[in-house]
Amino acid sequence: MLEIKNLHVKLEEEDKQILKGVDLKVEPGKVHAIMGPNGSGKSTLSYVLSGRDGYEVTDGSAELEGEDILEMEPEERAAAGLFLAFQYPVEIPGVGNMTFLRTAVNSQRKARGEEEISAADFLKLIREKAKSLKIDADMLKRPVNVGFSGGEKKRNEILQMAMLEPKMCILDETDSGLDVDAMKLVAEGVNALRDAGRAFLVITHYQRLLDHIKPDVVHIMADGKIVKTGGPELALEVENNGYADILAEVA
Amino acid sequence: MALPKIKQDTTDTLLSSMAMPDGAGWSAAARADALARVQKMGLPTRRDEYWKYTDPATLTTVAAPPAATFDVGDETPLYDAIDRLKIVFVDGVFDAAASDDLTMAGVTISRLAEAGEKDIHWAKDLYGTLEAKGQHPVERPMAALNTAYATDGILIHATAKAEKPISLIYHHKSEESDAILHHCVKLDKGAELTILENGPAAARFNKCMEIDVADGAAFHHIRAQGRDHERRAVTHMFARLGTESVYKSFTLTANGVLTRNETVLELTGDDAVAHVAGAAMGDGDFHHDDTVFITHDAVNCESRQVFKKVLRNGAVGVFQGKILVQPGAQKTDGYQISQSLLLDEDSQFLAKPELEIYADDVACSHGSTSGAIDEEALFYLRSRGVPKGPAQDLLVLAFLAEAIEEIDDEDIAADILTRLEGWLARRR
Ligand SMILES: Nc1ncnc2c1ncn2[C@@H]1O[C@H](COP(=O)(O)OP(=O)(O)OP(=O)(O)O)[C@@H](O)[C@H]1O
Ligand SMILES: [Mg+2]
Repeated sequence: MLEIKNLHVKLEEEDKQILKGVDLKVEPGKVHAIMGPNGSGKSTLSYVLSGRDGYEVTDGSAELEGEDILEMEPEERAAAGLFLAFQYPVEIPGVGNMTFLRTAVNSQRKARGEEEISAADFLKLIREKAKSLKIDADMLKRPVNVGFSGGEKKRNEILQMAMLEPKMCILDETDSGLDVDAMKLVAEGVNALRDAGRAFLVITHYQRLLDHIKPDVVHIMADGKIVKTGGPELALEVENNGYADILAEVA
Repeated sequence: MALPKIKQDTTDTLLSSMAMPDGAGWSAAARADALARVQKMGLPTRRDEYWKYTDPATLTTVAAPPAATFDVGDETPLYDAIDRLKIVFVDGVFDAAASDDLTMAGVTISRLAEAGEKDIHWAKDLYGTLEAKGQHPVERPMAALNTAYATDGILIHATAKAEKPISLIYHHKSEESDAILHHCVKLDKGAELTILENGPAAARFNKCMEIDVADGAAFHHIRAQGRDHERRAVTHMFARLGTESVYKSFTLTANGVLTRNETVLELTGDDAVAHVAGAAMGDGDFHHDDTVFITHDAVNCESRQVFKKVLRNGAVGVFQGKILVQPGAQKTDGYQISQSLLLDEDSQFLAKPELEIYADDVACSHGSTSGAIDEEALFYLRSRGVPKGPAQDLLVLAFLAEAIEEIDDEDIAADILTRLEGWLARRR
């Protein structure tokens, strides 16, 4: 599904190398988790994959289903099936959540040469998905993320994911800021989307989320590289001992 | 006191080339007074403080600078689905054939050009009166020039709730046309009227509207200025608001090499409400100036100014807005916001917001900002699959939303929104 090879990324504005050779391969149907100390480059990886400005790829490649995505515009990557649930979802005053989502769904359909969804079908679908994430009608009408609590913003990300049905979902610390119940809702939302044709890359600091979304593979990222890969037990090890041992071991 | 030489010369040159219309009838006296005002004040020049940001030179030349007309193609005309009484002017000349019959329940409609034939007492009392009053404390010579030389205009007397909106449609056909129209609107106690305006009018258009809103009356005005790139317009709205009356005006301006829209309102009765809003979209050779002066002269009145400008490729936006709260005008609620969205670094927004308050128990606020497209928001939208163009349009419309919300009628607001979307889509 997603194959990243030797990815090197520096900041465009300054001479600062952030990713220093990331290798990662996520198979369809799988859930991969990435953990790692603050500042190790996890969000940078997710931004580079989704096409945000400000980064320069100096080496390596990233392919989605065999297609080079690094040359694509952000909207093309989205239409190709990539989705990033932001660590810090953006507030957009003046743009209604509903309008935003309908525009997004239809833009992607259009890009893929599909029919636009009718207003009625869209409404039915969004109400259903919102209900399962306990997002009320009022939140749908409000401007995108404006005045949303931290947890509401994260649930709104999952709602977008559920509506867009991407193939490759990257979740950047979607669990941070969520209370215990909201975490369950979000995990259920993610699990409901799990299927053989879809893959997840879950960035998190805590084992908690991984109790609900069971990963197949866990990676540890440090200083711009994947330094260790293992099974779910790796997350437990981090939870119990922190990163010191792992980092010492690979150093 | 003698006028500065350049002002005197400009004034003499233009006035000597102009003639008052024949058959001015009841308007003759008001026109003579207005001419005297022009001669005393002189026409504006760039050196005038009030014209610091907008060069009036092309508004005062003898001949109007030529302006190509704009082909709107097969686009649906604005307000097409709205039941309204249509009055059409082509290059400032009334087009009877294209206009509806000027009769409607709740209002009487006449033309200024017929002033020589019948004496209309209310219009005689109003014509030039609010304009003359509006010359203080700031001079507005282009409006006095209008009163003196207007060739035509619509005189509307609303005695009750008008059956439907009156739609003034201005076509621009001749590249050299120079039009001066002066409308008078009088709303009796409790009357309600909506005036719609649209179209580019002429290569150069000087328009004045005087509106007398009596106690409990409500006046709504929605205007879309034509999209001809080279056209110039100087317009004035003068209104006097009685007790518990309402005045709400919204203007959409897209394109136009020069536009100066002045609004001069006086809230003279308690509990009156005045809202003035504008959305301007400029691309390239575009200069748009909103100049507003609102005087609170009564208790517990509300005024609201919301002006938004979207500028690109060197377009220039100007806002001069003043709230004057007179002694005794307690409980005044005054709000003013002027904002620009600069889509590139070549464009500029010049704002001069002013508050002058002589009462102690008032709540007035004003703010002015200039900003660029929010790149974070743009990326967020694109990451969800919305292409850059439409994503930017969504953000532009979001920026304009507060101004568009000032249009009460949903159908009209939808029409204006469609116009905006079309304008944006053509520029992708
Ligand atoms: N635009 C930027 N300007 C300067 N430094 C940056 C920029 N973007 C990222 N960095 C730096 O790159 C490094 C990696 O940041 P990144 O946000 O990817 O870390 P992270 O692994 O997601 O951390 P966290 O766990 O705290 O979210 C950090 O040192 C950060 O300060
Ligand atoms: Mg991060």
